[in-house]
Amino acid sequence: MVQIRGLSKDFNGIVAVDQVSLDIQRGELFAILGSSGCGKTTLLRMLAGFEQPSGGQVLIDGVDMTEAPPYERPVNLMFQSYALFPHMTVADNVAYGLKKERLPAAQIRARVAEMLALVKLETLAARKPDKLSGGQQQRVALARALVKRPKLLLLDEPLAALDRKLREHTQFELANLQYQLGTTFVVVTHDQDEAMVLASRIAVMSEGRIAQVGTPAEVYEYPTNRHVASFVGNINLIDGVVTGCEAGRVALRCEALNASLCVVCAEALPAGEPLCIAVRPEKITISRTEPDATNRNVVKGVVRDLGYFGDQSLYRVRLTSGAVLQVSAQNLRRSASLTIEWDDEVYLSWEVASTIPLHS
Amino acid sequence: MKRRSILLITIACFGYALLYMPIASVVVYSFNASRLVTLWGGFSTRWYVSLLHDDKLLAAAFLSLRIAVISATVATALGALLALAMHRVRRLPGRLLLSGMITAPLVMPEIITGLSLLFLFISMASLIGWPATRGAATITIAHITFSMAYVVVVVRARLAVMDESLEEAAMDLGGRPVAVFFDVTVPMLLPALLSGWLLAFTLSLDDLVISSFVSGPGATTLPMLIFAKVRLGVTPDINAITTIIIGLVIVAVTTAALVTNRRRATAA
Amino acid sequence: MSTATPTVPPWQQWLRRAVRVPYLWLLLFFLAPFLIILKISFAEPVIAQPPFSALLVWGAHGLQGIRATFENYSFLFRDGYYGIIVLSSLKMAAIGTVLCLLLGYPMAYFIARQPPRRRQLLLLAVILPFWISFLLRVYAWIGLLDNHGVINHLLLSLGIIHKPLTMLYNNFAVYLGIVYSYLPFMILPLYSTLERLNLDLLDAAADLGARRWRAFVDITLPLSLPGILGGCLLVFIPAVGEFTIPALLGGADTLMIGRVLWDEFFVSRDWPVASAVSVVLLLLLIAPILWFQHLQNREHEAST
Repeated sequence: MVQIRGLSKDFNGIVAVDQVSLDIQRGELFAILGSSGCGKTTLLRMLAGFEQPSGGQVLIDGVDMTEAPPYERPVNLMFQSYALFPHMTVADNVAYGLKKERLPAAQIRARVAEMLALVKLETLAARKPDKLSGGQQQRVALARALVKRPKLLLLDEPLAALDRKLREHTQFELANLQYQLGTTFVVVTHDQDEAMVLASRIAVMSEGRIAQVGTPAEVYEYPTNRHVASFVGNINLIDGVVTGCEAGRVALRCEALNASLCVVCAEALPAGEPLCIAVRPEKITISRTEPDATNRNVVKGVVRDLGYFGDQSLYRVRLTSGAVLQVSAQNLRRSASLTIEWDDEVYLSWEVASTIPLHS
Repeated sequence: MKRRSILLITIACFGYALLYMPIASVVVYSFNASRLVTLWGGFSTRWYVSLLHDDKLLAAAFLSLRIAVISATVATALGALLALAMHRVRRLPGRLLLSGMITAPLVMPEIITGLSLLFLFISMASLIGWPATRGAATITIAHITFSMAYVVVVVRARLAVMDESLEEAAMDLGGRPVAVFFDVTVPMLLPALLSGWLLAFTLSLDDLVISSFVSGPGATTLPMLIFAKVRLGVTPDINAITTIIIGLVIVAVTTAALVTNRRRATAA
Repeated sequence: MSTATPTVPPWQQWLRRAVRVPYLWLLLFFLAPFLIILKISFAEPVIAQPPFSALLVWGAHGLQGIRATFENYSFLFRDGYYGIIVLSSLKMAAIGTVLCLLLGYPMAYFIARQPPRRRQLLLLAVILPFWISFLLRVYAWIGLLDNHGVINHLLLSLGIIHKPLTMLYNNFAVYLGIVYSYLPFMILPLYSTLERLNLDLLDAAADLGARRWRAFVDITLPLSLPGILGGCLLVFIPAVGEFTIPALLGGADTLMIGRVLWDEFFVSRDWPVASAVSVVLLLLLIAPILWFQHLQNREHEAST
């Protein structure tokens, strides 16, 4: 429904957004994830119409909206600061967009009431924004944007200003709301947990470019490059050199670990080619006894650090080569005698299939 | 654990006493039945009564008020426009010159402004025939010119802290730029516009030097009249006027303070 | 908050066009007059209406020539009188500014250290006189300072003095007038700078070891410099050309250029000389005015 083609924006020579192309489907809850300065906010503002792109196109339902001003787009933005009009009541705030559409007064009142009921703010309709809590203000901002039934709703860091408890609650409320209304949502955020929980698809952005687009599972389990791999969740990154490949598997030698490892890789890579691989901490099994090496990569080391979280433990294991790998394990057993302690010699092993080949 | 500095408190008290001593003395003596400051002739309101019968004074007062209202309104409109342009337009042609023309009136000695404007009006009269006689119109123009700078300062200060995403939100919701200006920008700027107007109003009402230079026969403003009278010394009816103005100012300022405080209290 | 530039083209276009109105207004009614004064300062006084000669001489075949003279300026420089007056004005304005600072700084400091509620009230009390007519407040001092005025009356009746003090129609009264009238202009910029400093921290540091006076001189004073400069310029520049205060409170020997200009203009009707004096005064003040503008711009940028 939304097609972004080669969109770019530069400010006096500084490139904020570089040739971004994305397709967003109708009814999706799409997230654009990236750290501050990666260009995601600029991209959002170009979608909303507040920045003129330096190049590229934005098409909404096939109509070219690249040059259209914000008041002519079927797009609404929920600002990070909510931007509620302080001199208007909640009801007037929500009604503003409809008044600009010149709808009959009765219809406006009906739709405003409907929307306020949806976000559970009916009792606060006559209040001014400065008398509302942060969570309530956000719901007004949401109601105000959604009452116009836009084709696309953009949300700028929607959960950033909320405290932790409220954030968790709101996450599910947002997702439910989106599902109920069927509106296409695009959320811009730097918080990976937020993106993973809310979104049906995520685009990870870095330095003005899209690093990867995929479902949360795809982005987490199958990152295509270093940036995405290390941005989302914890990860161990290992550099190595290809030594050979056969039957969909590539063998490589990692000097940093002083070990030979295998990774599943469809491409046939020539020997001598450098390759970076990664493995998630939770995919590694830690044990004091030597594990079965079939279809697994195995290395040996000593536990240097241990973080006990009750439900899980995080280990930092130092290998003979000096490199450190992170491992996280669920504490499945209650018995203390089986737990691993500092300075224990341990074996780390993980399935070859769990090894992630990174292309860049 | 704050040690109260006696010195600081003493100096502050002295300062406030200095500020209010002359005001207090004028108020007290406005009720003095006797003309002389040294003699207390008993409580009397005769000077207030004589004000009501002083036609020249009343005429001058009305003239000053008329000029003040007009010049304050025009200065606020033009000044607000200047402040908006300076704050928002990225590449403004002649920004440097404009910036200078806006800051200079704040400190320029009034003698120079008055003299220069008079010469302008004279030159204009000989070149295009207007203004044939100087008076209320020329005074108003002069007042607008220097008041503008003060309005710009006040409005700019407000613009610096205003949340611009509000106007973006309005546009996002379908408001065209003109609608957004009246729906959002003006209400947000209203406090600054009001204080700017009040400032321009007070400056105009109080101006002596510039009015003296650019005025003409028949147009005597209140300050001009008062100055002519007080050059000769203390005049009791001037005490009465001062007290009236003090009263009005106190009422106005207290009201304003109460209103803003109530608004702030309900917002908290 | 988004760090991208907030302005959208529709605003800019309209504003750019609309701002031409005030721009032209200022060019016509603020800038052009200065050019005219400059022109007249090169003219000769004539018995006519207006009492100065025209710059351009028009003849039957168009522009014949330019009639200008430096006589007015050379008169100013020849006659030491004007030089003395200008210097006197600068000196009196400077002394008045310093006195105003000496009183205003402690007051601003005091107010800035009060709890927020009281601060508002105290600040209001400083600003209130400003809304009362400047002219009337200066006038009010006449009643107080006169030989038969309130203060002398009080001191005489209390037996503290036996002869009335001459406090009026002299330089003392003018200094008093300057300090009194410009005090709010000094206090406000000082207060806004001091208020931004966290004075509690300084108190804590002082209690911990650094002697109070040392902490003040080493830390507070330098940090409040922008406020000091702003306040001083806001007082000094207009005080140089001040008319009302010397006219009402000063004596025959109070030499201030504002009064001289007035007399030169209204009394002796020598407009070319009056213009030349204005030009010289302006030239003297240009540097401080530019400095003030620079400070204003910096202040504005800091607050955005």
